[in-house]
Amino acid sequence: MSLTRQEVQKIAHLARLALTEEQLAEYQVQLSAVLDYAEMLNELDLSDVEPTAHAVSRQNVMRADEIAASLPTTEALANAQQHQQDQFFIQSVLSD
Amino acid sequence: MNALPDINKLTITEARKGLQRGDFSSIALTRAFLERIDSLDERLHAFLTVVDELAVKQAAEADDRLAAGDETPLLGIPVAVKDIIITEGVPTTAGSKILEGFIPPYNAFVADKLQEAGAVLLGKTNTDEFAMGSSTENSAYGVTHNPWDLNRVPGGSSGGSAVAVSAGLAMGALGTDTGGSVRQPASFCGVVGIRPTYGRVSRWGAIAFGSSLDQIGTFGRTVSDCATMLQVIAGYDPRDSTSLDVPVPDYLAALTGDVRGLRIGVPQEYFIEGIEPAVESAVREAIAVLEAQGAEVRPISLPHTRYALPVYYLLAPAEASANLARYDGIRYGPRVAGEDVIDSVKNTRALFGPEVKRRIMLGTYALSAGYHDEYYGRASKVRTLIKEDFLKAFQEVDVLACPTSPTTAFEIGERTADPLSMYLADIFTLSVNLSASCGLSLPCGFDEQRLPIGLQLIGNTLQEETILNAAFAYEQATEWHKQVPPLAESL
Repeated sequence: MSLTRQEVQKIAHLARLALTEEQLAEYQVQLSAVLDYAEMLNELDLSDVEPTAHAVSRQNVMRADEIAASLPTTEALANAQQHQQDQFFIQSVLSD
Repeated sequence: MNALPDINKLTITEARKGLQRGDFSSIALTRAFLERIDSLDERLHAFLTVVDELAVKQAAEADDRLAAGDETPLLGIPVAVKDIIITEGVPTTAGSKILEGFIPPYNAFVADKLQEAGAVLLGKTNTDEFAMGSSTENSAYGVTHNPWDLNRVPGGSSGGSAVAVSAGLAMGALGTDTGGSVRQPASFCGVVGIRPTYGRVSRWGAIAFGSSLDQIGTFGRTVSDCATMLQVIAGYDPRDSTSLDVPVPDYLAALTGDVRGLRIGVPQEYFIEGIEPAVESAVREAIAVLEAQGAEVRPISLPHTRYALPVYYLLAPAEASANLARYDGIRYGPRVAGEDVIDSVKNTRALFGPEVKRRIMLGTYALSAGYHDEYYGRASKVRTLIKEDFLKAFQEVDVLACPTSPTTAFEIGERTADPLSMYLADIFTLSVNLSASCGLSLPCGFDEQRLPIGLQLIGNTLQEETILNAAFAYEQATEWHKQVPPLAESL
């Protein structure tokens, strides 16, 4: 099964990736190849099989609701390209 | 103080004794390693960052602790850490341009453990970008070269760490293993590398690639060294909700070398067409050595082996697509301008390399509406079957023995044009990450071109002692671990 160019563009948008025309074409071919290869999983009867989400399971891992130190604001902002007034600064998300 | 012993032959075990006796200081030892890095790393490119001043400072502190009678397991020992593990105040890139300039504000759990144990950090080692790769060729900061043949890859993604130990640029190193990224480079570089059971080592501070598959592992020149490193970093960490709250055994005490009655299973499906003849014969000979030492060897079947590759290449990219969504230029890393926020995020994410983008795309597709059940869902179910193969096998045997990789180190550039051919380098390692097993690789010979061959030993959940001891028994009956790459021998 081959991915259409449109599908590749849609995935790129979902993944927030800006791709060149060349890359779109390249990924179309390469992703299709991997997905074709993955078709072999259809050989198996999985009707009675539960999925595995964790290699080694733990369940309902909780901690006590206690306040502990967390990363100070200055350190949290130290790697940001732009920050103002103790906050990350970005372009507007919602327009007027 | 006396002169240092030959660095090419020095193990962590021996260095600890030398430091404890006062034969030499940690500063002298550390400076010797910094000099070796200076001489050799231009050709090898194992390191992305070398922290000379910090290392000497830590070595001085180690010497003070030694003088005060401290005996922590890595006290004064120079080590390297894969650049996918965050180290406070020391640049960490994950091998990617999207984290260029990033200085972590806190230490990974394992970095703290190394410090408590008195280790001296020499620097951060090269990695395939976000640990995605099997050759370290996907690093955005240049390829690392195999010290046994500079035209060849060291394996990946923890290529830098494997090379550092192999060429004597560090006494031990940390890597990560999501589909084989500690074991396979260990195999290509002729060193020991262990990938512990999922949850044995905390992933707090390990930059996430595939959260249900990642584990931090250790590299050493010998099984004892590898075990010493593991002893230090293993253990419960409440900050990692997948960390197992179980005691850490004494790994070194488990190295008795006694394998009488050990049941070794040889998975038939792992001896297939496409394995280099030299690899197959070296591995079979290694199994025969263990048998001569009293182990019982029998064939075993892991029927769903052939599905591991497609399962992995659906699950890992899916998890990666979620884990890498955070790289948007807003809180860390470079930010590329755009017309609006989404545009800026897309332009920033263009800084990812091609393999990372490929896997994000693949993963996004496998998780997207309408395809989730077909791809991610199915793969998760086949994962159960693979996991059950191992659990069933371990009802009959204690350890599985097989090659780590179908070939020895391939040439730089040889597989970069065809992603699928690159993925095949990990077919024998992937299943360990998909199941609840642990695995290690240790040297078991060389091919006609004097390239190292790795024997993989796989154990059941939390059976690191079993595989380490089997590895130790084999190692002590052979001389492979004493071989040094000619390049390093020149020093």
